[in-house]
Amino acid sequence: MSQYDINTPRSTRAVTHGLPARAGLGLKPDYFQPLAKGCDDLGFIEIHAENYMVAGGPFHYYLERLCEHYALSIHGVGMSIGAEGALDTEHLQRLNVLLARYQPASFSEHLAWSTHGPCFLNDLLPLQYDQQTLNRVCEHIDQVQNTLGRRMLLENPATYLQFNASTFDEPTFIREVVRRTGCGMLLDVCNVYVSCINHQWSTQEYLQALPLHETAEIHLAGFSEAFDRNGQRLLIDSHSAPVAAAIWSLYQQILEHTGPVATLIERDNELPGLAVLLAEARRAQAYLDNHGVQP
Amino acid sequence: MSTQQRFTQALLSAEQTFPAGLFCHPDAESRFAVYRNNVFSSLTSALADSYPVVAQLVGAEFFAFMARVFIQTFPPCSPVLVNYGNAFADFIDTFSPAASLPYLADMARLERLRVEAYHAADFPGVGFEALSRFLEYPEQLHSLHLKLHPGTGVLCSSRAVFSLWAAHQGQGELAEVDPNHAEHLLVLRDALNVEVLLLSKACALFIQALQGGAGFGDAVCAALEEDNAFDAGPALALLIQKNLIIHAGLSEAS
Repeated sequence: MSQYDINTPRSTRAVTHGLPARAGLGLKPDYFQPLAKGCDDLGFIEIHAENYMVAGGPFHYYLERLCEHYALSIHGVGMSIGAEGALDTEHLQRLNVLLARYQPASFSEHLAWSTHGPCFLNDLLPLQYDQQTLNRVCEHIDQVQNTLGRRMLLENPATYLQFNASTFDEPTFIREVVRRTGCGMLLDVCNVYVSCINHQWSTQEYLQALPLHETAEIHLAGFSEAFDRNGQRLLIDSHSAPVAAAIWSLYQQILEHTGPVATLIERDNELPGLAVLLAEARRAQAYLDNHGVQP
Repeated sequence: MSTQQRFTQALLSAEQTFPAGLFCHPDAESRFAVYRNNVFSSLTSALADSYPVVAQLVGAEFFAFMARVFIQTFPPCSPVLVNYGNAFADFIDTFSPAASLPYLADMARLERLRVEAYHAADFPGVGFEALSRFLEYPEQLHSLHLKLHPGTGVLCSSRAVFSLWAAHQGQGELAEVDPNHAEHLLVLRDALNVEVLLLSKACALFIQALQGGAGFGDAVCAALEEDNAFDAGPALALLIQKNLIIHAGLSEAS
């Protein structure tokens, strides 16, 4: 079990109540100005932590104004929780400074690795699911939670490869991490779907093995589609397409288990006009309002 | 060699090697290629975001080729990607396939200064009133130290990088630019807006001297060595008008 809730003095802990169970949107500079006026369609915004690790300028200027209108989720993409080596404590400190400044309602990171030695590879790379990796991931999450003085959420990955030497299936591995560290779960519905198609797993069995009751945030996104050389469907978690029909249907099913949970429309590439994403946010909100029952 | 070390080496290798034996798919190699593609395409996009005019000057295909070699040679060493590409201009200088565009490296330097200006720390300018008490006493002016906004950058180029850059912003005709004409420029951020301004060489040397910690008098001398008709008045007015002076005192600010 994590020690963050035992040893961390209360006074140093961020006072947060989690994200509101509403629709949210990933923040991009193109949307700074229109969103700065406030927007009833969104309960929260999410930023990539690393983009805001800059001294000043428009990013901080707009984020401060946006925080007056929306709850904030800070989503890390560079902590490399699954790295074989030690966590980058300098990066962890930068993150601590950012969280202290903005006091976000939620902080999340990925079950993946992205650094090796001095190299940062800027992709969420897959892990070999074995006992050694489990111990290491749990130690790293403990370190993050202790340093930040708060619970973090861990996002399930989208993967294209499985390791021969894995001894856990992915949802069982995640369940063990959540149980041992006390972290919450950021359930990326698109990643569940992508991984299940790519590895020919059953989405139903995958979801049943996850600790769905620990879901504190949901991500919805689109994917792009390819085939491997054997002609097997290979879905790519591209964040460049509208939320797919299969993802909406899986989302609806998940909400029946979790109840309403903060839900992000995640779009990082080939950004459409804001109105397109707000329409997707309203659709997610309609599902939330109906507790997963089709509106 | 550890699993992640093998994975990393294969991702970055110029020969596009594959860490065989690690994965349980009949076609693991094409699946591994998805990760390799993610790494290179996301980092190439990050570079293209920072260097849009460099990318326009060489075209998407050549830019991707140049970025691939750069990424393989200098992979990022921090997850804060806004700083990635600090070494891109120096790399371009040595990248022989780009030798036919001798202004390309300085264009990268200009664009790097713009990124740095955009994200630089926020400081208010001291304003004319605060400076006027120094300006009233010419004998003090010589030892006046002006600290400039951290987003301020000067570039002295032997090529027409300002005109080339401006033509890509819709200012002036690209065909009319003589790329071999030397140009000097100032990159700054005033409030939230990054600007690029053309300077005389003397004015560029004056601002560079101030940035290097020289007093006002010495900075003027540096400019006069280049142009004995240099007038510090308009140069100072520019720095004040653009809120670039963040501290003024009779000794160098710490």
